[in-house]
Amino acid sequence: MRLTFTVNGRQREADDVWEGESLLYVLRERLGLPGSKNACEQGECGSCTVYLDGVPACACLVAAGQVSGREVGTVEGLANGDKLDAVQEAFVDAGAVQCGFCTPGLLVAADDLINRNSEPSDAEIRESLAGNLCRCTGYEKIMDAVRLAADRRSSSDNTRPDKADA
Amino acid sequence: MDFLRPASWRDALEAKANHPDATPIAGGTDIMVEINFDHRRPATLLDMTGIDELANWSEHAGRLRIGAGLPYTRLINELGDRLPGLAIAARTVGSPQIRNRGTLGGNLASASPAGDGHPPLLASGAEVEVESVRGVRMLAMEEFFTGVKRHALAPDELISAVHIAPATGAQQFSKIGTRNAMVIAVCTFALSLHPEQQRVGTGLGSAAPTPRRAPEAEDFLSAELADSGQWTSPRPLADSVVRHFGELVARAASPIDDVRSTAEYRTHALSVMARRTLGWVWDEHRRQHSSNHPSNDHTGRSECA
Ligand SMILES: Cc1cc2nc3c(=O)[nH]c(=O)nc-3n(C[C@H](O)[C@H](O)[C@H](O)COP(=O)(O)OP(=O)(O)OC[C@H]3O[C@@H](n4cnc5c(N)ncnc54)[C@H](O)[C@@H]3O)c2cc1C
Ligand code: FES
Ligand code: FES
Repeated sequence: MRLTFTVNGRQREADDVWEGESLLYVLRERLGLPGSKNACEQGECGSCTVYLDGVPACACLVAAGQVSGREVGTVEGLANGDKLDAVQEAFVDAGAVQCGFCTPGLLVAADDLINRNSEPSDAEIRESLAGNLCRCTGYEKIMDAVRLAADRRSSSDNTRPDKADA
Repeated sequence: MDFLRPASWRDALEAKANHPDATPIAGGTDIMVEINFDHRRPATLLDMTGIDELANWSEHAGRLRIGAGLPYTRLINELGDRLPGLAIAARTVGSPQIRNRGTLGGNLASASPAGDGHPPLLASGAEVEVESVRGVRMLAMEEFFTGVKRHALAPDELISAVHIAPATGAQQFSKIGTRNAMVIAVCTFALSLHPEQQRVGTGLGSAAPTPRRAPEAEDFLSAELADSGQWTSPRPLADSVVRHFGELVARAASPIDDVRSTAEYRTHALSVMARRTLGWVWDEHRRQHSSNHPSNDHTGRSECA
């Protein structure tokens, strides 16, 4: 089939798509967007997490045929050109990236969390990231990164002059 | 592969009638794993996610009708206050990403003995609405499951909805696994109080070839509570009652040894979960009762046995 859908705000097309292949395969192998990672292909690791119509989902569990006409947001869509998004910067600054394989999925999951909840508690962060596995960091730095991103985002959204950037 | 994308429920039923071998795909969280690993190569997929009405819920005559395609996240957010037992179970499914896509319809049709949606539906006397171009059938939860990963759907039928009464009393769900997130249950137990019927409902998961109730345990506890007038003036439950309830729940199971656990552990765990959930729901029942009828509250807020 020819698959037409929106990726990071742009309409994209892919030809000769097998409807039963995963959205993850379409993104990586057909559209040249290797940000979303393939580690398990069974929904366990979260490294393929993308937005599907604004809701985080495992791209490996969405059939290509299901995304026709829909909107997908990938980790590549977080940055504004060369300017990293607050969540991305926080992951770098907090040392939450080691091998980096889990990072794209965590960035999407963390972005979604702080969009919904600008001051997440530690329990809420843990619960929101429970679908993302990291084999390197031991998660503490990831917790730091999400707290930092939430702080920075709420202070940059806040127009009060006494609240400088963290 | 044929990929059918009906835009309405009517079209979906016609597609299923014309292609009885078509495999429905909703959230894909069960079926895509099988396709990715080449365990299954359906000749035809029937996409349920383009049918808006399947992801809705409504209320008629005191019962909720939950569309088979409503993802767990929305079920929790929109119906959690009216269906606390089902919401607790839904919160234990997979991870946020899985709950954003996975549906009750998919959980039912997969018919895994470990499906977390099933025990609370059993405990609340839910019914499954199935439909084909030939018409609608309502199946009691007990009739729906026919064996391990087998159900009562005819080849041309699809699950349209689940019908369930909003909670009238306390409800609980307990699940044992190796961690809180992302585990297939070792075993599960759901308990619902139905004070208006003076009945107790139960549901056991991962405890037998199909999810099932524990009818003897339900009858014993319902009778015990009614005979001692406990529905209207609840007091702490006697230890012996709680213990016997746990034993009867465990006796209703016929578990197996598998990679996740032994039959022996499952049987033991079920009796513990039954006692604990009973403690929780009974505490809540007494709290609700003392706030509704403060004059009946002779015992204050003392702990349940
Ligand atoms: C990482 C991971 C963790 C998981 N954790 C849990 C867990 O903790 N607890 C749990 O219970 N499950 C769990 N699951 C399994 C799965 O998420 C659930 O069973 C879910 O409810 C399936 O719903 P779905 O919409 O994704 O189904 P799909 O995968 O789309 O479909 C599943 C089956 O249902 C059929 N089907 C779907 N809709 C209909 C319909 N309307 N009519 C007829 N047939 C239909 C399909 O043909 C297929 O056979 C997990 C899965 C993954 C990948
Ligand atoms: S690759 Fe999709 S969840 Fe692991
Ligand atoms: S940084 Fe290596 S898996 Fe997370």
